[in-house]
Amino acid sequence: MASDAHRAIEAVWRIESARLIAGLARMVGDVGVAEDLAQDALVAALEQWPASGVPDNPGAWLMTTAKRRGIDQLRRKQMLERKHAELGTELEARQETAPDLDAAIDDQIGDDLLSLIFTACHPVLTTEARTALTLRLLGGLTTEEIARAFLVPTATIAQRIVRAKRTLAAARVPFEVPRGADLGARLASVLEVIYLVFNEGYSATAGDEWVRPALCEDALRLGRILAELVPQEPEVHGLVALMEIQASRLRARVGPAGEPILLLDQDRARWDQLLVRRGLAALDRAAAPGGAYGPYTLQAAIAACHARALTPEETDWTRITALYDALAQLAPSPIVELNRAVAYGMAFGPSPGLEIVDALTSEPALKDYHLLPAVRGDLLKKLGRFAEARAEFERAASLTHNARERALLLARAAQA
Amino acid sequence: MRFMMLVIPKAYENAKADFVPSAELVAKMTKYNESLTKAGVLLGLEGLTPPVRAARVKFSGGKAKATDGPFTEAKELVGGYWMIQAKSKQEAVEWATRAPMLDGDIIEVRQVQEIEDFPEDVRKAAGR
Repeated sequence: MASDAHRAIEAVWRIESARLIAGLARMVGDVGVAEDLAQDALVAALEQWPASGVPDNPGAWLMTTAKRRGIDQLRRKQMLERKHAELGTELEARQETAPDLDAAIDDQIGDDLLSLIFTACHPVLTTEARTALTLRLLGGLTTEEIARAFLVPTATIAQRIVRAKRTLAAARVPFEVPRGADLGARLASVLEVIYLVFNEGYSATAGDEWVRPALCEDALRLGRILAELVPQEPEVHGLVALMEIQASRLRARVGPAGEPILLLDQDRARWDQLLVRRGLAALDRAAAPGGAYGPYTLQAAIAACHARALTPEETDWTRITALYDALAQLAPSPIVELNRAVAYGMAFGPSPGLEIVDALTSEPALKDYHLLPAVRGDLLKKLGRFAEARAEFERAASLTHNARERALLLARAAQA
Repeated sequence: MRFMMLVIPKAYENAKADFVPSAELVAKMTKYNESLTKAGVLLGLEGLTPPVRAARVKFSGGKAKATDGPFTEAKELVGGYWMIQAKSKQEAVEWATRAPMLDGDIIEVRQVQEIEDFPEDVRKAAGR
């Protein structure tokens, strides 16, 4: 059946597309052109494989086909003879070497993939553009899938991707792995994009569903790929640890009616121990002895405190306050302060927590942030100031855009 | 989505108690495992000792009875597994086709059942 073949090709695409685009981009020096060539190869596969069957090495087939198209295109456009020869030599070289797991080829593929990640997450692009491009080029998602994931029209994402590619070409962004001092800042941009994808899946900012696990899986996959490509970067492992541990709670944080369940109310037996173990192992890789913790590693260490506690009562809140203190030093933000307030409230009682929250009420960045009144309401309730607590929960409910979360906050207002 | 790729080695029911895979196969398997790790899809994996060292607990007439291996009458016994994350069954199958298996081996691709797949009364029984 043709549709079976199409699904098989989709699966091959999911597995091969990033490496394919990355390898092509190195040769042509432009991710836009590389993606077009890869798409051409995909079209050829869709035409031929239903009849011929999936080849033994589908990745190599796609690469060879894409490169042939590339050479044809270069010829047609009568581009520089030198460039043409280069591409031809490259093609021959690639065909001669067995596509098997030869270490040198592995290194090259790794380098190409890294270059692709850094290019897709280049600072000349807006965060939205980086996110769309990363999911498309590295995650193997179609434009439709990205649009569905972010609840925006397909045309918007398509536009965003076209513009992003144009911006990269116009800015002459080189297809390479940044070195030296540049690397840190560029890596931060990559990690930001991956975590943004994860968070959109973990607590959707819009729509009726509170979580979209497929997006979390996409982000985790990207994070794990990156961790293998730059194993020497502790913060990559920190981010992976953070995502694995948070994802371990996905099943527990949604109730039967789709409503969110807060961390301390979750049934911990439903936490996914496989992901917890993976997260703790990644944290071990991030937190090498003597090394200073980066912001993702600190957050992962906080998540690990919860993961290790078999019951909420066993949570080491004192350690969590220390980790938040460190995070507030390293990467100060109103959100970190808010979380620090929660931790202080748990470790040392509602008053110290409320003290931190009250300092935030004039914070412009949190003006419309629903969790500020939600946290404040919680602390007020513990202090027996019920009327004030109710007002805060109601205010929080009016600020959230997520339907499920609004219902939860209104329920808490009614209980206060 | 998660899938378990169950390895069913040919004639594993007859494997000797001290059976171990060859160094050559282990080397190939290690490369394959690395490729799964590098693709960000591998969640876990284990190999299982031969069935001759196993025990089976059979339930019959309200009683549980244990029997030690070998189970020569049994066929297609599991020798190990990979747990992977994939977007579709086809993707999991595609990963399975790339595994370095011996002639006559089988990989069975099974999707992990999620509680969300169950009807409401079953979910309630599971405390959900």
